[in-house]
Amino acid sequence: MKAKIVITPKKAVLDPQGKTVQAALEQMGHDGVKAVHVGKYLEIELEGDAEAWRPKIDEACHKLLSNPVIEDYHFTIE
Amino acid sequence: MRFAVLQFPGSNCDQDCVHVLGGVLGQQADYLWHKEESIGDADAVVVPGGFSYGDYLRTGSIAQFSPVMNAVKAFADGGGLVIGICNGFQILCESGLLPGALVRNRSLQFRCEHVYLKVSTADSPFTREVPEGKLLRVPIAHGEGCYFADEATLAGLQANDQILFQYATEAGELTDEANPNGSVRNIAGICNAGRNVCGMMPHPERASENILGGEDGRLIFDGMLRHLETAAGLGQAAVAEA
Repeated sequence: MKAKIVITPKKAVLDPQGKTVQAALEQMGHDGVKAVHVGKYLEIELEGDAEAWRPKIDEACHKLLSNPVIEDYHFTIE
Repeated sequence: MRFAVLQFPGSNCDQDCVHVLGGVLGQQADYLWHKEESIGDADAVVVPGGFSYGDYLRTGSIAQFSPVMNAVKAFADGGGLVIGICNGFQILCESGLLPGALVRNRSLQFRCEHVYLKVSTADSPFTREVPEGKLLRVPIAHGEGCYFADEATLAGLQANDQILFQYATEAGELTDEANPNGSVRNIAGICNAGRNVCGMMPHPERASENILGGEDGRLIFDGMLRHLETAAGLGQAAVAEA
């Protein structure tokens, strides 16, 4: 069983990495790229009950894995 | 006065801070390993720059869970003086001792250069010794120094006079060109609402001796020292009266 966590920068925060990647995609010749957001992806291998893990992973995301001032997160446990 | 300079795995400005506080200011300055659970009898805490825990996950994010940080939080909550420099600023934000966060520089480049700082208020232990109107010339060296806070937080910082340092031109203007990292409102350093915890990206400890090109940074440590001496003097006076 794994928790799969995706962390992305909040919209209001400068995302120069995303902007630079977007420029590179356009340089490659890709038209129609509206925006790029560079975030993080984590996999945490777990054992035990998925529902019991859900609030613990949520707390870990809130306190450690992401910074709520600058980032949003969502996760699945499967 | 006794200063505790924290050491995390990856701290690399700790020796500079001890040198300035001990060798230049003539105070007692001791290293404090991050596994310690007490700050002992220190009068002030310095969270130095570097790359604590290799900047893994986010800068400063892991250090907040070091045992010593619980002691630092308790010390700060009790009004103790704490200054976080560069990575120390990032750690204090991640720990919740200061509002906001520091993200990747707008340029994506590590910036290592001298900047000018406008001192926005003299009403703090960290800025009280800076002559009115004086700009501080101190170096920065960081890749993730872009200060961010939401509008409500910024309004609070402004209203409470918590913005201590702002990147400025040599003429003291807060322009976009003078902003090395994209920080909102050119913010280089702030303090908490209690005014006893300061975080700043520039390195005052690298600008505290003329042999290193200037001693503007020393004014910040001088301010902390005067504040502590004043507090100690008042304490002694109270004891004498009793």
